[in-house]
Amino acid sequence: MEAFLLQVLSGVTNGGIYAAVGLALVMIYQSTHHINFAQGEMATFATYIAWALIQVGLPYWIAFAATLVIAFAGGVALQRIILRPVEKAPVLTNVIVFIGLLVIFNAVSGMLFDHTIKVFPSPFPKEGMLISKYFSGHQLGSTLVTLTVLVCIFSFLRFTPIGLAMRAAALNPDSARLVGIKVSWMLAIGWGFAAAVGSVAGMMVAPIVFLDPNMMSGILLYGFAAALLGGIDNPWGSVVGGLIVGVLENLLGAYVIGTELKLTVALVLIVAILTIKPDGLFGKTVVTRV
Amino acid sequence: MNQLNRWPVWVIFGLGLLLLPFLIKDFRVFQLSLMLIYAIALLGLNILTGYGGQISLGHGAFYAIGGYCAAILMDRFGLPYMATIPVAAAVCFVAGILMGFPALRLGGHYLALATFALALAMPQLLKFKHFESFTGGVQGIILMKPTPPIEFSLFGQPLSEDRWLYFMVLAVTVIMFVIARNLLEGRIGRAIVAVRDQPIAAGALGVNLAVTKTITFGVSAAFTGVAGALGAITVAFVAPDSFNVFLSISFLVGVVVGGLASIPGAIFGAAFIQFVPNIADQISKSAPWAVYGVFLIALMYLAPNGIMGIINRRRRST
Repeated sequence: MEAFLLQVLSGVTNGGIYAAVGLALVMIYQSTHHINFAQGEMATFATYIAWALIQVGLPYWIAFAATLVIAFAGGVALQRIILRPVEKAPVLTNVIVFIGLLVIFNAVSGMLFDHTIKVFPSPFPKEGMLISKYFSGHQLGSTLVTLTVLVCIFSFLRFTPIGLAMRAAALNPDSARLVGIKVSWMLAIGWGFAAAVGSVAGMMVAPIVFLDPNMMSGILLYGFAAALLGGIDNPWGSVVGGLIVGVLENLLGAYVIGTELKLTVALVLIVAILTIKPDGLFGKTVVTRV
Repeated sequence: MNQLNRWPVWVIFGLGLLLLPFLIKDFRVFQLSLMLIYAIALLGLNILTGYGGQISLGHGAFYAIGGYCAAILMDRFGLPYMATIPVAAAVCFVAGILMGFPALRLGGHYLALATFALALAMPQLLKFKHFESFTGGVQGIILMKPTPPIEFSLFGQPLSEDRWLYFMVLAVTVIMFVIARNLLEGRIGRAIVAVRDQPIAAGALGVNLAVTKTITFGVSAAFTGVAGALGAITVAFVAPDSFNVFLSISFLVGVVVGGLASIPGAIFGAAFIQFVPNIADQISKSAPWAVYGVFLIALMYLAPNGIMGIINRRRRST
């Protein structure tokens, strides 16, 4: 029983990270109907920036905040410079551009920070009041941080005028433009948030899996599964999906198939969701008019 | 008329291809063989993506399946190397059909996503310990290069293993290109393109959408599987980590550079992914990928139809 609880709790920690990656994917999908294949490498790159800032001597949380700002600006810049010209292009063009970005971020991470595996510090104490045999300090802290970030994003979208404009732009771009919302800029801000949320996921997972240029590829796969399970156009769904996928992954790993086939589990999950229930648990059914 | 006048060009081109391996070093011959192999794989991906309009980011997985098929059959069952190629094609055809079923329900992004997941999961599956008696696990399988059946020299160069392999690969490449041409320029090819461009109209005209899409996926996977088998024979080694997601991405790069929906484009694309990394590698380990990425994005802006698109535009304007 105790071992089971342990697996579930550690699943929740992973789930928080998958939820963050899933949310980043959903934020871009919702407004542009594109799946950002480069999300994982963008997050890895941001984590490298954080690592470099910490190496320079900045305290962890200042480096953390600086990375969020840099990731946000980077996301906005990417959308304005690279993706805006192909906004209306066919799906294939967009997928190719995303794959191009993936490859470039991966290569640049490798070039600037070389391919050796790096240890990324965890800001959370190893011992303390709340830390028990069920939680390590990092697990507890990382879950709290990801959940805080998610709550911040939701509050922003729900309670601020810019959040409202962003939702309007995603829901109905034409009408939004008619009432004076700069739809294209709203997409760019969405990109910024996605990049920032992704970077949080990267910084939280790096102490566990160590930092190397391919760090996020497996996590991205689980992020995809999370986003799909929750319904790829539903931000709340992606959070719930992330937690479910995280717990499921840990339980399957511990009791059914072992840890060697984790990526295959994600593959099976993705294909199964897409074939059985492509709208996910909370997604809208897409109806095409012919 | 035009067709008739061109035959001397083809004869010279053919002779050149036959004599070329005796004019260069063994290692260069090996690289040329690999380039031809990539051309077959790109042709396969192009049937699916260029003609069929279905996006696959996971063709490296079919290349891996083909390669492992050939390696296991040769290593564990002692099959002659040429006999493994049709088997690899058949196995990959079935694997492609299986992947084609979800593809029927999913368009565009979702298919890209599912195949991307396949590419990421493939190395792990190949390492799985319960298959280890077949796949050799992390170590992979080491093969023997086939020995040439005859001995002779030309320009003072013997018919070495690599040169012999080159001729085998060349023969298979020619066969595969002829098959692809006949397939794509005939009724089936028109059906594939019709399903891509106007699915509703195609359906109304009696094209079975589901069957056409599934078969396209199967054929595409079979082509790539043949390439994988030839690759395994030529390199004489297979290991899980050589079939990672970046292999699939380089196939995509090759198709985009060569030109979507163009048969000869596959050759240019293959030359690009075979030789550009070699050149860029001298700058740094990561440079080839940075070059790939920049090419992918730049081509999407400047020449969405790749090298063949540029050539065709020139031809039309003159």
